[in-house]
Amino acid sequence: MPKLNMVQAINFALKEEMQRDDSIVILGEDVGRDGGVFRTTEGLYNEFGPERVIDTPLSESGIIGTAIGMAAYGLRPVAEIQFMGFIYAAFDQIFSHAARIRYRSRGRYTCPMVIRTPYGAGVKALELHSESTEAFFCHMPGIKVVVPSTPYHAKGLLISSIRDPDPVIFLEAMRLYRLIKEDVHEGEYTIPLGKARVVQEGNDVTIISWGSMLHRSLQAVEGYDAEVIDLMTLSPFDEETILNSVKKTGRVLIVHEAPKTCGFGAEISATIAEDAILYLKAPILRVTGYDVIIPLPKLEDHYLPSVERIRRAIEEVTKY
Amino acid sequence: MTVNKSDAIFLIMAEKIIESFQVRRIEILDEKGDADESLMPALSDSDIRRIFELLILLRTFDQRALSLQREGRLGTYAPILGQEASQVGSAFALEKSDWIFPSYRESGVYITIGYPLHMLFQYWALDERGLKTPADFNIFPISIPVGTQVLHAVGAAMASKYRKDKTATVTYFGDGGTSKGDFHEGLNMAGVFKLPVIFICQNNQWAISMPRSKQSTSKTLAQKAYSYGIEGIQVDGNDVFAVYKATAYALQKARQGEGPTFIECVTYRIADHTTADDATRYRSKEEVEMWKAKDPIQRLKLFMEKKGLWTVQYQKEAEDKATSMIDEAVKTSESLEPPQPREMFTYIYEKLTPRQIKQLKDF
Repeated sequence: MPKLNMVQAINFALKEEMQRDDSIVILGEDVGRDGGVFRTTEGLYNEFGPERVIDTPLSESGIIGTAIGMAAYGLRPVAEIQFMGFIYAAFDQIFSHAARIRYRSRGRYTCPMVIRTPYGAGVKALELHSESTEAFFCHMPGIKVVVPSTPYHAKGLLISSIRDPDPVIFLEAMRLYRLIKEDVHEGEYTIPLGKARVVQEGNDVTIISWGSMLHRSLQAVEGYDAEVIDLMTLSPFDEETILNSVKKTGRVLIVHEAPKTCGFGAEISATIAEDAILYLKAPILRVTGYDVIIPLPKLEDHYLPSVERIRRAIEEVTKY
Repeated sequence: MTVNKSDAIFLIMAEKIIESFQVRRIEILDEKGDADESLMPALSDSDIRRIFELLILLRTFDQRALSLQREGRLGTYAPILGQEASQVGSAFALEKSDWIFPSYRESGVYITIGYPLHMLFQYWALDERGLKTPADFNIFPISIPVGTQVLHAVGAAMASKYRKDKTATVTYFGDGGTSKGDFHEGLNMAGVFKLPVIFICQNNQWAISMPRSKQSTSKTLAQKAYSYGIEGIQVDGNDVFAVYKATAYALQKARQGEGPTFIECVTYRIADHTTADDATRYRSKEEVEMWKAKDPIQRLKLFMEKKGLWTVQYQKEAEDKATSMIDEAVKTSESLEPPQPREMFTYIYEKLTPRQIKQLKDF
């Protein structure tokens, strides 16, 4: 079994799916001849040609809007937005159309489309190249939000996202692109959307995280009897796995890199408060980014939840 | 650096003209009902009668929609009075397999292609089920945001080109829509990929209270197409023959792989923006009266009368037929069972989410 990093795993998922189904096309900025600025689409232009790996003009709303038309026509577009900070130009298309077309047309038209975009801080990038604004998309019914944390899961989740009948925002943590290599099956396999995974079992505290913060959480729990959940799909999210774990441990820590206020941790926290408060032994804690604009790299290490901050929160929550 | 007048003249002399463009305008049928026979499109007498009957049907629909709205039987409605020729003339040229991406002021396009009339009333009565396009039509639900549908048309055209289908795609928008970013992104993409798509702009002179002159300082809207390497044509939008001819030409181009065309139909929104608007607040009665004299139906009637295709009796029959069709559609629309609250959940995702399943217990 080959050892792949996340860039390679994503590339394999795209390639294998495109070989299987000729309705899948890729479009975005620099995705063709250049193979994508992170090389996630490397080699696909040569294999599938310019009609299936489409280098578009610099036009984020244009990429998403045309992908919607393609999906309505019967294709399965995989659109790439080069960095999450540039997706805002396409909000109107995502929220006003991609999310709603199944509803507005009573199922006559659908939008089976994936929007892939690199997200997150920690790679010493420029302004608007480190955004982690997943919560915006979780607030929009009609959209699914998927965040893989390892190469193996990236491939299986991307294949599921491509085959999903609804629009999926697929967030790829830039910090993880080349950080980890692991065994990734050749050939197709899927990991279901809407299901979290228990990365490690434990009894004293439940840590819930996703994307790149999962790895910091895993480092932080060393020495504790902690259960760690990788949410993987944020919308719709797996309440059952969370609640089962919380009922067992009675303590919860949520870790994400987005700002705290209205971050997706708030939704998880409220869900636990609604459905499992009587099982709690301690307040629900969140270790998150601060309520600030994500700073340039001189300060980003102070912004991102560190292993140390996560560890302090574990100490605090396990005092109860 | 300051440039004095003689230097400026010198600079102009030294420059070369590296690009120029011309905008064609097509006019065939004038207000007196006289047509330039040399320009007439290939339409049989029965086609012309059919077009006339559609124009009557549109107007009857529009008037009924306004009166139903006043009675509280429809929600806010966007009237089409004055724009009938732009809508019928263009949609009449389409094949059933062509794809259409309309804005919210395209009831006439829906009617021309034969979309079930009762579903139009159903939608304007604020029931989403009216937007469920029947399987044998390829028209997208109307776009409420202005101009965003331009990109969907470009995407469908990209897909049809990839699939090597002989389909053309048409999108409709107004003069206001040409100020939106998605319009420009769409035209740019269509030009770059040489797509089989037709952009039909109904320049009805007003975007709610903003006149055409304040929407853009371009002399024509058609010329915007040239920025994207696309042919732009202006037509008299109240001349159904001119609109038909330009659309038929653009469709032929699209089907032959000759790329996109932009058609500016110069017309006028005689009525208010919607039933929630009062146009007397921002435009003069004289201007409206001037445009009423350019009525698209009246001039076709005069043309047909001269050709022996129109009689008082024929007019009455066309109006009676339209009225009975509209009566029937309103009756059908108003006799439909109301939607069930559970239906709110049915079409968000293909499958209900676990949380939606819990929320459904409220109903």
